[in-house]
Amino acid sequence: MQHLKLLANDNRGLNELENGTSLMGWHEVTQGSILLSFEGDATHIAHLKSEERTYSGYNSYTATVASWRVLKPVYNRDICIDCQNCWVWCPDSSILSRDKQMLGIDYDHCKGCSVCVEVCPTNPKSLIMFSEQTLLEDALTQWPEKKKKEDK
Amino acid sequence: MAATSIKNLKEFSTSNDRFEGAHTLCPGCAHSMIVRELMNCTDDNLVIAANTGCLEVSTAVYPFTSWDTSWIHIGFENAATAASGAEAMYKARKRKGSLKDNDAPVKFVAFGGDGSTYDIGFQWLSGAVERGHDFTYICLDNENYANTGGQRSSATPIGATTTTAQAGSHSYGKKEKKKDMIAIMAAHGAPYVAQLAPNKWKSMAKGFQKALETEGPCFINTVSACCTEWRFDPKDTINITDLATDSLIFPIYEIIDGHELNILYRPKNVIKVEDYLAAQGRYKHLFKPENKHIIELIQKDVDNKWNMLQRREEARI
Repeated sequence: MQHLKLLANDNRGLNELENGTSLMGWHEVTQGSILLSFEGDATHIAHLKSEERTYSGYNSYTATVASWRVLKPVYNRDICIDCQNCWVWCPDSSILSRDKQMLGIDYDHCKGCSVCVEVCPTNPKSLIMFSEQTLLEDALTQWPEKKKKEDK
Repeated sequence: MAATSIKNLKEFSTSNDRFEGAHTLCPGCAHSMIVRELMNCTDDNLVIAANTGCLEVSTAVYPFTSWDTSWIHIGFENAATAASGAEAMYKARKRKGSLKDNDAPVKFVAFGGDGSTYDIGFQWLSGAVERGHDFTYICLDNENYANTGGQRSSATPIGATTTTAQAGSHSYGKKEKKKDMIAIMAAHGAPYVAQLAPNKWKSMAKGFQKALETEGPCFINTVSACCTEWRFDPKDTINITDLATDSLIFPIYEIIDGHELNILYRPKNVIKVEDYLAAQGRYKHLFKPENKHIIELIQKDVDNKWNMLQRREEARI
């Protein structure tokens, strides 16, 4: 019974502790927050490309997850057929594609999952994973040769 | 109104991304593929509500937001309620003419994981669909509570091991079958109910556009392969989804007005369920000799379901 009594006497509204420090009361806690994705008017944002938009500091576009990566995809323009498979299946919106052409990879937002490499239909693949430290120029010189079709 | 009728992927790729990167979903997560596709397939203004789940905690990490549209999160279960409240307010203000731009098309979308759709938010979703609000509910079905460490949900299929239905010497994992949410939502009389998969991007984009255009509550169940809890390599997300749709574990179909069933994808070569199960770590124990009968059971259920769908499509009832 002792502990029940203690619970009943527990003053939940108390915001001054014995040693003089104060806690935030329940009525003082912020109940929610509004994060604005853009600076200024965002009405026609759906019709703008990301480089034309005025992102606010709250938009995760301004953040980076590059440190998640162990391997990075490297893009080879010479083999690419602009099928846009990588664009539609990239989970991190990291494939830069403008006017039906693939331009490259947004390394600020790519997490290195290699889905783009898996869905690439060309032979050899126009996207290949290299270790994060490899320079892009070096990676392009190490590109594999075209593989012959295996006999079925 | 949809932005364009999407003919091919090149055309689709000219749309502008409204779901930003640097969210904290796992690498290779199918959630963001689905969300991106929904937001890219329309130019209309979107009001999005999200249930608690992977998607919510990863795209709104304070002080960042990954959404370029209006987005709201309240509680675990009430994305459907939030969307229907916003929709009711929008209609009322439109009637009074007190909106800033009275003609701009606005669509209401609610996202939920399978835990918040099949279990926790079921009552709220059912209520919102019954009230007939004009919104689209999209369930990102990864068959477990992935956000909290992979507990079983009522969307978890039989035989899968989860942290609360573990496989071991005395158990083969979850013993109950998956709830047929599509049939339940169709029974509500919702004008458009569908099951779609991100690997078939065209049928998915068309389904999303159709749902957004349809007036009334629409429900879409999307297959979202979860590399963390299904235990496969992140690069294989699309390959696993391919196996899921080709083995007919996840048939792709739509039900219009609660009765008109259309199958949207018929695999040329139907593969065995075994191939789908073998690709994932969560079904590893089923290949022990004592658990083989579960695989046969799953195969039988899948065949029966596919037969049922085909017959319903033929019968047009």
